Amino acid sequence: MIARLHMSIKSVLLAILLLVIGNQFASAQEPVAEAMPSGHTTETKEEGKLDIKGEIFGHINDSYDWHLFNIGEGHEAIQVSVPLPVILFNTTHGFTVFLSNNFHHGHEPYNGYELYVENGKQKIRAQDESSFYDISITKNVLCMFISIFILWFLMTGVAKKYKKNGIHVAPTGMQNAIEPIIGFIQDTVAKPFLGKQYARFMPLLLTLFFFIWTNNLLGLLPFGFNLTGNIAVTLLLALVFFVVMLFNSNKYFWGHIFNPPGVPGWVKVILVPIEILSNLVIKPVALAIRLFANIFAGHTIIISIVLLIFIFSGLSKIAGIIFIPVSVGFTVFMFFLELLVAAIQAFIFTNLTAVFIGQAIEEHHHDDAHGHDHH
Amino acid sequence: MSVLTILLEGIASAGGAIGAGIAALGAGVGVGQIGKGALESIARQPEVSGDIRSNMILAAALVEGVALFGVIAGILAIVL
Repeated sequence: MIARLHMSIKSVLLAILLLVIGNQFASAQEPVAEAMPSGHTTETKEEGKLDIKGEIFGHINDSYDWHLFNIGEGHEAIQVSVPLPVILFNTTHGFTVFLSNNFHHGHEPYNGYELYVENGKQKIRAQDESSFYDISITKNVLCMFISIFILWFLMTGVAKKYKKNGIHVAPTGMQNAIEPIIGFIQDTVAKPFLGKQYARFMPLLLTLFFFIWTNNLLGLLPFGFNLTGNIAVTLLLALVFFVVMLFNSNKYFWGHIFNPPGVPGWVKVILVPIEILSNLVIKPVALAIRLFANIFAGHTIIISIVLLIFIFSGLSKIAGIIFIPVSVGFTVFMFFLELLVAAIQAFIFTNLTAVFIGQAIEEHHHDDAHGHDHH
Repeated sequence: MSVLTILLEGIASAGGAIGAGIAALGAGVGVGQIGKGALESIARQPEVSGDIRSNMILAAALVEGVALFGVIAGILAIVL
């Protein structure tokens, strides 16, 4: 038990590292070639009115700095933000590394690159319109580093204690928090769906669960991030599951896809494409979109409810003031709901990963009644 | 901006809003069914209400996920 736990924690860390590297490549943009018709100061909004769309997407999208708050209003507001390193790779110039505050929030170009905002999303383009790869440490990557640090700190501490005391000593401190969760994943997710082979998949399931949960919770903090509400991140998590499923699948899994047993020939013509689509496309994509949509929608709803104050005060000041308690009440309610959703979505992602892998490694049972439900 | 583009943008926004509404309808029916089933089974067997409640929340979250697909599609229809 101790050895397995320790091993699984090591694999957790390794897997997270791989995830980080993978996400770096996922977020490395395709060469940016299209030319923008206008400059970066395309804000045509009226003075004193809040740019609702920009505000919502500014909070949800990834950015090159960690924006904390504004002092003052409108165009002369002082933006307080933590600059993050921008790392750009160009085949002619090689690597360019600098801090994002050199852009002065998109007002000045730097080193031949300039920052512009499109639909509330910060983008970088080369001034000579050459193509480049962007592997910057953005806000989301920073979030990932923070969550890795938290998980590393917690898990290695707990693992050390188990190594020192063994499993027969009553757990202390952080062990009390981690042990029931690991036990919960093992007993309700891994064992029922994966059967005898469950121990092999525990590192993956635990990594997914803790990584998603930590990042969901980081997203709820003030000045927080929106990592799991980013489709690239969730698609990559689903890709990890997909690769694991493919490499562990047995011949019965593929047999059910390409030659469904006990089905007449003409039905196979219809059934085989459906099976291919449902097993190889819909499963991972639905997994990714479910997590993304839940977290993204949660963040959007909270921001929208807060922004309703400003929309109402745009109509009249009194309406805005009256709406403040309503908005605050709804926001608090939504935050509690999101706390629940953060845990539930991490659990559902882990659970469905286990279910799908379980279907792929399932041994053949000798009845022709195929009553599986295919997701 | 021609009349056609204005009209098309309006239709896109309306489509997004209507789509989100229909998604909410479906999710409402789904969550209602789940709640009904859970309440009936708790009334039948109160001793396993803890298990039933956790499974109910899980199923409700799955339904909610589908509804949120609709919400995302609606947002995309309005924003893009």
